[in-house]
Amino acid sequence: MDLFEYQGKQYFARYGIPVSPGGEAETVDQAMTVAEGLEFPLVVKAQVRVGGRGKAGGIQLADTLDEVRTHATNILGMDIKGHTVHRLWIERSSDIAKEYYVSFTLDRPNKVYIGMLSKEGGVEIETVAEENPDAIIKLSINPLDGLSLETAAKWVSDADLDEEAREQAAALIVKLYTCYVEGDCDLAEINPLILTTDGVVRALDAKVTLDVNATYRHPEWEVWSATDTEDEREAMAKEKGLNYIGLDGSVGIIANGAGLAMSTLDVVQQAGGTAANFLDIGGGANADLMTAAMEVVNADPAVRSIFVNIFGGITRVDEVAKGIIEALRRVDITSPIVLRLDGTNAVEGRALLEPHLNAQLISEPTMLAAARRAVDLAAAPKEG
Amino acid sequence: MSIFVDENTKVIVQGLTGGQGRFHGVRNRDYGTKVVGGTSPKKAGTDVEGIPVFANVAEAVDATGATASFVVVPPAGATAAILEAAEAGISFIVCITEGIPAHDEARCYNILKRDFPGTRLLGPNCPGIISPGKCNIGITSGDIALPGGPVGIVSRSGTLTYQALHELSQQGVGQTTCVGIGGDPVPGTNFIDCLEAFEADPDTKAVMMIGEIGGSEEERAAEYIANHMTKPVVSYVAGVTAPPGRKMGHAGAIISGSQGTAQAKMDALSAAGVSVALNPTEAGEKMVAIVKSL
Repeated sequence: MDLFEYQGKQYFARYGIPVSPGGEAETVDQAMTVAEGLEFPLVVKAQVRVGGRGKAGGIQLADTLDEVRTHATNILGMDIKGHTVHRLWIERSSDIAKEYYVSFTLDRPNKVYIGMLSKEGGVEIETVAEENPDAIIKLSINPLDGLSLETAAKWVSDADLDEEAREQAAALIVKLYTCYVEGDCDLAEINPLILTTDGVVRALDAKVTLDVNATYRHPEWEVWSATDTEDEREAMAKEKGLNYIGLDGSVGIIANGAGLAMSTLDVVQQAGGTAANFLDIGGGANADLMTAAMEVVNADPAVRSIFVNIFGGITRVDEVAKGIIEALRRVDITSPIVLRLDGTNAVEGRALLEPHLNAQLISEPTMLAAARRAVDLAAAPKEG
Repeated sequence: MSIFVDENTKVIVQGLTGGQGRFHGVRNRDYGTKVVGGTSPKKAGTDVEGIPVFANVAEAVDATGATASFVVVPPAGATAAILEAAEAGISFIVCITEGIPAHDEARCYNILKRDFPGTRLLGPNCPGIISPGKCNIGITSGDIALPGGPVGIVSRSGTLTYQALHELSQQGVGQTTCVGIGGDPVPGTNFIDCLEAFEADPDTKAVMMIGEIGGSEEERAAEYIANHMTKPVVSYVAGVTAPPGRKMGHAGAIISGSQGTAQAKMDALSAAGVSVALNPTEAGEKMVAIVKSL
């Protein structure tokens, strides 16, 4: 789950990482209320999960309440690289002397953590990596060793951060590491980490990705899950406990297993079509889950055919078949369904479905044949 | 021959008395796997369809001489179960659990590496391993695999592993061993471990490798293949159409920036001399052609 900047800062604050005082707003009125409680000058920042807000005009300085109103009015509803701004974060403006960069994430090839620190912050780290790779000092951390203040102090010195920033930066970095590990982050990044003109080090931005597998031990994440999905289809799928990603095509996809679901998208494209979604019903799919999947895919108005691609492992094909039959009973499915069922109990599953097959419910023996059929049906003129 | 397991491998099932543990444990036993016991702290002394249940792994190992373990335990307890098995002297651990937090996996992996270098972990979040006709630990449906070789299969995805087995078996091409390494960010066993073992196995004549988007394991495998493999490799990488920045089901399947795309992986594999297919069916066809020409 990717957090917005304001959520990331709230999370940082839980771990004692210094951030500027501020508040969130979803309307101009809320923005005014927040601004009244803060000391000017303020900065009004668009909350979107994409870089380049500043260049797009999504970050504005305000010296007066009137300016807050103007900026809030302009920024709310703004489109930044395809993301509509629904929220603002308003905080005390900082007098920046220096901008640094720090982050922690998993070093997948080496299966340890990797920290990255640079005295060249405030720009995309990918750009620094390309133009001046020596300015990024990497630190490999074994999860069993952790990060001591001593190591952090040496690290900020190796990265050549300004003398006056080093002590505060080292302490902050240890707290960020704790947030990364104990806070179950996939990524904890501060860009920029700033040194103010009056000598204070703090996080001016926050980029945090939470590991949803750890949700069970973080009740405090609950408040953020509501803002996690903005696509209506995805919100509906999430409510039903489905692993769904909305796409732009016309062939609805239901598959079991992430790999097979991805592969299903690929073969639909190879057959000349486009997928409307990624949907992995996972292991142990039962009738309820299958019904839910059918409902979600069917609710997408762009869907012209539905391709159900199941290879039973944990998922038993007879259970899937019961789910399909149940779904047809419960939901008015408006698009033709193409089935490809193989694996555990496939014979039993196919036998259950046999009496239900017709022009709207078609079974194909292979994945490629089913993909071609689903693509053909999606391209055909819609009846009624 | 086979890799990692064979017809003599004795297996215990951690979580045998749970729904999934019972279903797959009994299924593995019925396939012919030597499932010699299970563990459940509260149900020690009972049995599951004739498979004795022990209080913990150490007692199960003492009583049965098991060397392998099948972990079917919910995410919150899974890494503790893996470490319990390692401490009891188990040398091959298969964990199918999906949804383990990445930090738990990272800690568990590094503890195994530091304290139990002789223990191999397969998974988590993987379908397991099957050596057709000999041993099946995990959730793979035994009837889609065909004994006798000569193909070894290694895959990051569960259902695509079944698909690969199916494509080959239907054409009468058997498998020596099929290993599902799982789709999580910190897999205990990686592509290179399996490629190395297949290269060393005299009965394996060719290898099918199924990858997916995310990380750089396929690229690293390509480098290994170019430098160390003499046997032909056919590969398929899922997720050509996957959008960047979205986790495609597996925690590890995510394109970050330009890193981890299917195209980059396919290019790296092609450059290493691997025969790269565009879908699982084509991968099966390419492999059948290779086996016929051997």
